[in-house]
Amino acid sequence: MDKGRPALRRALLVAAGLVPAAFAALFFAYPFTTILVRGLRDGGSLSLPWDVLLSGETMQILWFTTWQAAVSTVLTLAAGLPLAWVVGRFTFRGRGLVRALVLVPFVLPTVVVATAFLALLPEGVERGLPAILAAHVFFNVAVVTRIVGTAWEGLGRAPWEAAAALGAGPWQRLREVTLPLLTPALSAAASLTFLFCFTSFGVVLILGGPGRSTLETEIYAQAARAFDLRTAAALSLLQLTAVAVALGVAGRVEARTGGVRTVVAARDALRRPLGRERAAVTAVLILAGTALALPLAVLVARSFDTGTTAWRRLFEETPALLVTPWHAVLNSLLFAAVAAALAVAVGGLAAAVLARARPGSLDTLVLLPLGASAVMLGFGFLIAFDEAPLDFRSSWWLVPVAQSLVAAPFVVRIVAPALRSIDPRLREAAAVLGASPARAWREIDVPLIARAAGVAAGFAFAIALGEFGATVFIARAEWPTLPVAIFRFLGRPGAENQSLAAALAVCLATLTVVAATVLERTAAGRRGPL
Amino acid sequence: MLRASGICVRFDGLPAVDDATIDVAGGETLAVLGPSGCGKSTLLRVIAGLQRPDEGRVELDGRDVGGVPAHRRGVGMMFQDDVLFPHRDVAGNVAFGLRMARHPATEIERRVGELLDLVGLGGMGQRSVTSLSGGERERVALARALAPEPRVLLLDEPLGSLDRPLHDRLLSELEDLFSRLGLTVVAVTHDVADAFALGGRVAVMRAGRVVQAATPDRLWAEPADAWVARFLGHANIEEHADMAVVTRPEAVRLTVARGGAATIVSAERRGPLVRLCARLDGGGELEAVTTSIDHPDPGDRVNVEIDPAGVVTVPTWSEPTG
Repeated sequence: MDKGRPALRRALLVAAGLVPAAFAALFFAYPFTTILVRGLRDGGSLSLPWDVLLSGETMQILWFTTWQAAVSTVLTLAAGLPLAWVVGRFTFRGRGLVRALVLVPFVLPTVVVATAFLALLPEGVERGLPAILAAHVFFNVAVVTRIVGTAWEGLGRAPWEAAAALGAGPWQRLREVTLPLLTPALSAAASLTFLFCFTSFGVVLILGGPGRSTLETEIYAQAARAFDLRTAAALSLLQLTAVAVALGVAGRVEARTGGVRTVVAARDALRRPLGRERAAVTAVLILAGTALALPLAVLVARSFDTGTTAWRRLFEETPALLVTPWHAVLNSLLFAAVAAALAVAVGGLAAAVLARARPGSLDTLVLLPLGASAVMLGFGFLIAFDEAPLDFRSSWWLVPVAQSLVAAPFVVRIVAPALRSIDPRLREAAAVLGASPARAWREIDVPLIARAAGVAAGFAFAIALGEFGATVFIARAEWPTLPVAIFRFLGRPGAENQSLAAALAVCLATLTVVAATVLERTAAGRRGPL
Repeated sequence: MLRASGICVRFDGLPAVDDATIDVAGGETLAVLGPSGCGKSTLLRVIAGLQRPDEGRVELDGRDVGGVPAHRRGVGMMFQDDVLFPHRDVAGNVAFGLRMARHPATEIERRVGELLDLVGLGGMGQRSVTSLSGGERERVALARALAPEPRVLLLDEPLGSLDRPLHDRLLSELEDLFSRLGLTVVAVTHDVADAFALGGRVAVMRAGRVVQAATPDRLWAEPADAWVARFLGHANIEEHADMAVVTRPEAVRLTVARGGAATIVSAERRGPLVRLCARLDGGGELEAVTTSIDHPDPGDRVNVEIDPAGVVTVPTWSEPTG
């Protein structure tokens, strides 16, 4: 790298960092500070809202939030490990397809999954704890499969064969070699799953039923239904503390286990399943396939419960919305496109700065929005941007901005490692061949991260499409998005409304999956000569 | 043609290059030889403009290029482990420097074809660089570095990662190519044989300094000090206080004799040469080389003769010649 003008270089880096910093300050830090102040202010002085925090109700909600997340995590690990074993250990026809399909539930919007489980589960069980747990497992199996499966693939057979040569049997090898080596990946997958379930909103709101509320849904209930902003703010404080504690514990665990290193798949990691393994692999794949396909199939069936009426009504005015349901589709596409562009721009700049900073130093900072929950973001927007000069309540762009904040951490998580993995000597080679630093960036960095950026854009678009927690607070009645429209229809009685919700959920699911795959494909195809 | 003088580079206060000076004439190949960590690669990066020196001047054709950034220096570089652009094919890699210099497309195409022929990869322009073997990758890296016709070509451990036979073949190709094109080359290596093969002159570096710069023959015959002698592969070094007596193995003659003054410990063939090691009755060991098939075997008693022309007395440690 040209160390010729370190001052200029540093100035550029700082300038690049200022954009995401300013964006985060205005649209993330400011709303959250507003929540904080609102929660702490009592009359004129600042004090902790002990009456809310220590009430029996709050304790009960906190307890339920925690243990449902813990149980969901355990169940997800149990369901995900066999799949991780299959994709991390064996090669078989369609393995790539399996790895891609596993990701589908993860990108599906919460509202879609909740609607699908509502349609799938028999009456009586369709709302309540089992429904919540089932939906959480459905979502997060992808997390376990991808993180643990990739780590498993990276192990290779060498340590395993060494143990066998030293006389260890299959179970001893599992206990003595495989599990200890997989511990970092297992704990990373578990803490991520716990975090997702702890802050889960759409699933609990729709499937929870009466008396089943988590901190997230209670914040929403207090703020949007009871208009008790002080209680909502106090609960937000509690939620923020709990998430901070959870992140802290996860960080401690990660430090102790050494963390998940990015591993290249060991060359000898995969082989064809033999003998009884064949039966096991087949059984796991069939079960997983059924578990994936069944809710979605039932969702499609539900949309035809009333014949084609629901699909025809997509284009008709409805008392549930101020516009036709079809407009919700268009709104969603527009908002998601803007949000994805914003998220890639802001997240990409943040990643560029992070990739040059010392690894780890700023990573947690960027991840904070991940844990801080979308509902709080929406609530923060609601109370922060309602006064001049920051009165943005009537601005349509508030929705995509909020969505981009939810998506940006994922963009950073995808783009920063891609940037870090670029050999700095490639830029030096370009420099020696006559490329200025700016030209080297365009010739080397840009094409090499194009794929990661494409994946990030697709992911951001999918997240924005399905974003519910923040959007439900700030979407204006005449500009509903798909998840908001689905939620409205689910809340209305009658088979027609239910199948209309299902039809919209089918649209949303299709758009999400198509967006996620198409963008990844086009990015992958953009690697021509010269 | 190229002169780097008084170069100092410090990392966190520790000197990596410490007052190093090298001179390369036009058309000459200078090998910079030294153990790993001696600062030779850093010196190369200073010449390329990739590393700013804390002190010292780099001159090209008599002009100070200290303020000229890497991309305007007109210096070519072949990196350790090739560092090809993974997102471009063979032709795209070779064409890179020509595109940066804004050559017209038709000329780029013609020149890329020529260069690929030159390095023996004719017709492979459309291949992906990830599909190439180690030797092919090195050739692409060479063609890429040569394409913009650099004033000086720098090589950083050019053949470090290749296996022996391929390494030797490419080495002789490089020698041949450099003399044919009349290139000015600085090649950094830790391998004595590579340095001797490539370099018309060899500069030996130790702890950031150039200890000695001379032709391979002069280096071998008159190493600057005992450390250089040992690094070059001399075994017969007798140290007395601050002086050392270095005896070249080819000046030692061991002949089988019943009486004898020494016993052969080992005999080891390397190509045309046989390396003999004898234990002297008076203590100490002596190494000799011979081309004979009828050489003494381990256990044989031998007489020892030494040609005084092959004996040189040097200091045990010398300061750089500057």
